[in-house]
Amino acid sequence: MPYDYRPYPVRRAPGLDSPEPRHPVVVVGAGPVGLALAIDLAQAGVPVVVLDDNNVVSVGSRAICWSKRSLEILDRLGVGQRCLDKGVTWKVGRTFHRDAQVFEFDLLPEAGHRMPAFVNLQQYYVEEYLIDRAMQLPLIDIRFRNRVTAVAPAADHAALTVETPDGSYRIEARWLVACDGAKSPVRGMLGLDFDGVLFEERFLIADIEMQADFPSERWFWFEPTFHPGQSALLHKQPDNIYRIDLQLGWDADPEAERRPERILPRIEKVVGHRDFRLDWASIYTFQCRRLARFVHGPVIFAGDSAHVVSPFGARGGNGGLQDVDALGWRLAAVVQGAPAALLQAYDRERQWGADENILNSSRATRFMSPDPGVERLFRDAVLDLAGRADFARPMVNSGRLSKPCVYPLHGAPDDPALPPASRPGAVAPDAPVGNGWLLNALGGDFTLLAVGAAAPSAGLRVVAPPVTDMLRARYLGPAAEGAIYLIRPDQVVAARWQRADTAAVRAALAEAGGCW
Amino acid sequence: MLVTTPNIADPDGFYAALLEAHRGLDAAGSAALNARLVLILANHIGDRAVLDEALALARGVRAEAERAPTA
Repeated sequence: MPYDYRPYPVRRAPGLDSPEPRHPVVVVGAGPVGLALAIDLAQAGVPVVVLDDNNVVSVGSRAICWSKRSLEILDRLGVGQRCLDKGVTWKVGRTFHRDAQVFEFDLLPEAGHRMPAFVNLQQYYVEEYLIDRAMQLPLIDIRFRNRVTAVAPAADHAALTVETPDGSYRIEARWLVACDGAKSPVRGMLGLDFDGVLFEERFLIADIEMQADFPSERWFWFEPTFHPGQSALLHKQPDNIYRIDLQLGWDADPEAERRPERILPRIEKVVGHRDFRLDWASIYTFQCRRLARFVHGPVIFAGDSAHVVSPFGARGGNGGLQDVDALGWRLAAVVQGAPAALLQAYDRERQWGADENILNSSRATRFMSPDPGVERLFRDAVLDLAGRADFARPMVNSGRLSKPCVYPLHGAPDDPALPPASRPGAVAPDAPVGNGWLLNALGGDFTLLAVGAAAPSAGLRVVAPPVTDMLRARYLGPAAEGAIYLIRPDQVVAARWQRADTAAVRAALAEAGGCW
Repeated sequence: MLVTTPNIADPDGFYAALLEAHRGLDAAGSAALNARLVLILANHIGDRAVLDEALALARGVRAEAERAPTA
């Protein structure tokens, strides 16, 4: 059944009748990134106004692959379980050349994590769940059909002109966060450009509804017989919806390819019959680009407005949620009195994250869509060898799927005897704790995690779970008897020691932006 | 470190075998064979530092490792 797009109520904005006081934070865009940020801020006690130019969730499935880290973030925001319940859980990907499998990967070979490697779930469901959650939070004021038409940044605020069905009004925001997507109007109004690469490649992306017994796996084909010389992807979503991506090449006419009479025969060749309903289709161009900086005075960019990548790797939506993770707690702290310089750490860390996503995405794109000549020569050599030599299989690149980056926290206290997986800069690895999970126990504040050791008193919440084999493997390793971990509100490890006193913890906390 | 001194016992024999592998191939087929061969040999070497030296030598620049003072 097609998704039931229910319009959200449009209320008359207060600013139409009388001037509004300056808002601490205004978020532009009620997509997954804007909504997640608003919830993160509201959960930290910060009031937020969210402006969106329409009043329905995402039209079309768009982002469908939500990574383990995104699910953990969504869980912290109160919608993880709903996404898990509705989504199609998967962890195995298969890559084919012509009609033979050449590569297979298992994204989560390790047990003892609350969240799976990935769930597939249409963006409209994620947005629906986030809107439901946001509407439970009195600190969030979502204004649908409120379109920003002008932005005037000043030293300590941004002034916005907002157009609504009832007329236009002006508001001021101490901080304006642009979560308004790849074509970000706010970015345009500030005259900022992306740097990076536009690849000369077009893909058809189509969702079809059909009854089929297809496994919950990601299947990718190079040069399949049903779509000669090009690439194809098949992915299962809830509600019997299947995502099909077909490479079209740069010569394809996007307007012509958008028409159902062109799309239907292509899909029929993939699935072998005509017993399906076309739910949504789009044509897109590959690009890997970003803003040089994500913080511009009072205006902050997060998600696709800040950086875009080609889609095979699920690094767009997931990268955007990681922006939220890195921004939310810092922006909340700044609104509550921390120095604004804390936001430079957001800028620095997410540029790092964006560059890693762009690097992976660019490499996958070059493999999938090689230039004629030597790129094509080596791509074909890898595919040819992959069928008969194991070593070539990991070189087959149909997209390297999103994982959280490890931030380079230079100088953060560390102990090399402790396991690499939980080193400073990495997201704290989950593990079962009692009847629940470690990441849920950590919550959303700075926390001391004490594993087999006594935590020094530092005015912080302490989590001291009984030491299990999994906790030992992930937090102590074979050598250490005990360890103290300082965990940031975004669940990133800020510092760790085998033994630490109060002064050491306070110093690391200050360095991580946890006291001011 | 990349071995750049003679290391193949029968250089003439190997050279002949290399040409023999290309016999009957057109330019595109030969290029494809060379690409496969490079990948196979690169995997056998495995060591990224050695591969980087080989890439530099093939491009006609002296390898970084040769120039850089030992740390």
